Amino acid sequence: MQAFTQHTGIVAPMDRPNVDTDAIIPKQFLKSIKRSGFGPNAFDDWRYLDEGGPDIDNAGRRINPDFILNQPPFDKATILLARENFGCGSSREHAVWALDDFGFRVVIAPSFADIFYNNSFKNGLLPIVLDADVVDELFKRIAEKPGLEISIDLEAQTVSCEGEEIASFEIDAFRKHNMLNGLDDIALTLQHADEIKAYEEKRKQSAPWLF
Amino acid sequence: MSKAKTLYDKLWDDHVVRSEDDGTALLYIDRHLVHEVTSPQAFEGLRLAGRKPWRSSSIVAVPDHNVPTTDRSQGITDPVAKLQVETLDSNCKAFGLTEFTMSDVRQGIVHVIGPEQGATLPGMTVVCGDSHTSTHGAFGALAFGIGTSEVEHVLATQCLMQNKSKNMLVSVDGEVGVGVTAKDIVLAIIGKLGTAGGTGYAIEFGGDAIRALSIEGRMTVCNMAIEAGARAGMVAVDDTTIDYVKGRPYSPTGETLEKAVAYWSTLHSDDGAHFDEVIHINAADIKPQVTWGTSPEMVVDIESRVPNPDDESDRVKADGMRKALAYMGLEAGTPISEIAVDKVFIGSCTNSRIEDLRDAAKIAEGKKVADNIKLAMVVPGSGLVKKQAEEEGLDKIFIEAGFEWREPGCSMCLAMNADRLEAGERCASTSNRNFEGRQGQGGRTHLVSPAMAAAAAIKGHFADATELN
Ligand code: SF4
Repeated sequence: MQAFTQHTGIVAPMDRPNVDTDAIIPKQFLKSIKRSGFGPNAFDDWRYLDEGGPDIDNAGRRINPDFILNQPPFDKATILLARENFGCGSSREHAVWALDDFGFRVVIAPSFADIFYNNSFKNGLLPIVLDADVVDELFKRIAEKPGLEISIDLEAQTVSCEGEEIASFEIDAFRKHNMLNGLDDIALTLQHADEIKAYEEKRKQSAPWLF
Repeated sequence: MSKAKTLYDKLWDDHVVRSEDDGTALLYIDRHLVHEVTSPQAFEGLRLAGRKPWRSSSIVAVPDHNVPTTDRSQGITDPVAKLQVETLDSNCKAFGLTEFTMSDVRQGIVHVIGPEQGATLPGMTVVCGDSHTSTHGAFGALAFGIGTSEVEHVLATQCLMQNKSKNMLVSVDGEVGVGVTAKDIVLAIIGKLGTAGGTGYAIEFGGDAIRALSIEGRMTVCNMAIEAGARAGMVAVDDTTIDYVKGRPYSPTGETLEKAVAYWSTLHSDDGAHFDEVIHINAADIKPQVTWGTSPEMVVDIESRVPNPDDESDRVKADGMRKALAYMGLEAGTPISEIAVDKVFIGSCTNSRIEDLRDAAKIAEGKKVADNIKLAMVVPGSGLVKKQAEEEGLDKIFIEAGFEWREPGCSMCLAMNADRLEAGERCASTSNRNFEGRQGQGGRTHLVSPAMAAAAAIKGHFADATELN
């Protein structure tokens, strides 16, 4: 996993609640057996006017000029700002892969769906929960100044904008540590292989039907 | 005396292998269900790291999302889908995993076949790379959906790093009216809680109305816990649970069964256990439900009208309602019963079990699908459900009424195969998500119960199934 320490970038405002994983990456792209290459089809239904598919070349497609990520400077955004319940719906990690492949490193919202939130950490995409008021304030600032950059410091757990710290955010210590160091969860868990085996032995006695 | 625990506390405590200082726990996973869409990258990761599945016997795999629901003798025509299903087949072969392949009569939607085989048992931790894994909580199991990295993590270690959720009790008190189904109950719950109301919680569904449900009905309710934002939903074990589980291929027998039953009988919340949130719903108030928007919380009953965003004081919400109405092609104030539909889909892991098909058949029997309906299809949840329905003659009832009778799979629930809506088409669907484009780009989905879907097919518009019966 790529490590995350600090990041500064342009924020794209996506002013809607309940942005679901079907919208982030529509199902026809889930047929892929790969982990990469989803970026050009992130938000496909909103981003293009015609229908896309895994075997359709995006170069020839009709772009939706009204969609925020098609408008400069937001086509270069690396931070996504949205409303409540971002990433709800399906567990597809393809949604995180698509955002990552598009170039996003951070998503900011007042709340996230649990599975999406979890999946993000596994891929070095940082989901930041900020108060709805702060999120609202950010939307306003971007409307006044499109292309505004903000900075995220994971170590300090802060968000700053134009040299001023505007918010701090919560994150569990364990996730933060893994993200800062880009650690592989599986290797970490396998350090406890003996404990897992001991647990299994105990369970085989108390609940043999499970084995 | 030890502290009173909720069902979720008990399930959690029984599976903690170790805990970190910040409360993150390494949780042991008893059953891992696998399907073709979210597993290929996990198997690839496993291989790249030179790892093997920790406990192959915990895994049951099945292709369901991509499989055709029409004649299977041709195989899968879409080459991309075909490769994905073949990748699952070859991964299962290479690692020696149990798989019900496309030609096996036991094949079906992963959340239907797990319980059907007894692969889901009370007290288990059950995971699958699919958000509707919450379905299996109906057995008093801790069941939740995971992403592909976590699928790989479970394959490699039989464990997951987890943070404990908070406890919520949703109690549906009293008795529901005649013809009101589990689907109506859960849609009414989501209407009250909202799609994010359960975020961060594990929900236990309780109360007389839940106790009175069959296991199949409880699965329908738990299936949609995720639509209220909760990763896991569950129902306490009782005789209904134990009777359902006994005698299935994967269930214990003899002395082990006795031992298991003794343990299973403890799987309920203790008196006085602490819930962080308790919600009460009066069962008698629940009428047949129909969603009108693009989120499952946008739901009203059949006697209501499409709501007006101008009546909503929250700006973000009102905005969301306007977007939804525009997408759905609906005017505020329209009576729900006047909305005409183009297609009807009876199926999905929410409502494709035998009782669902019986409910729908009861409405369809001796009647005809209305002329304005372009397609009405019934897709059984598994090959075994299909077989049983045919033994009961349900297929004939549907076919005579003008429904198509298909092969099992996810089908038009998410339209990864050929079953889909065209832009602008309106569908009465027994599935669980009405998101934009879910059943086909530009398609408009209304979530309903199987009886309500059948009633919409017969009438050509939404209608109160309890009156049609
Ligand atoms: S039936 Fe629908 S919701 Fe259920 S597993 Fe299949 S695609 Fe997912």
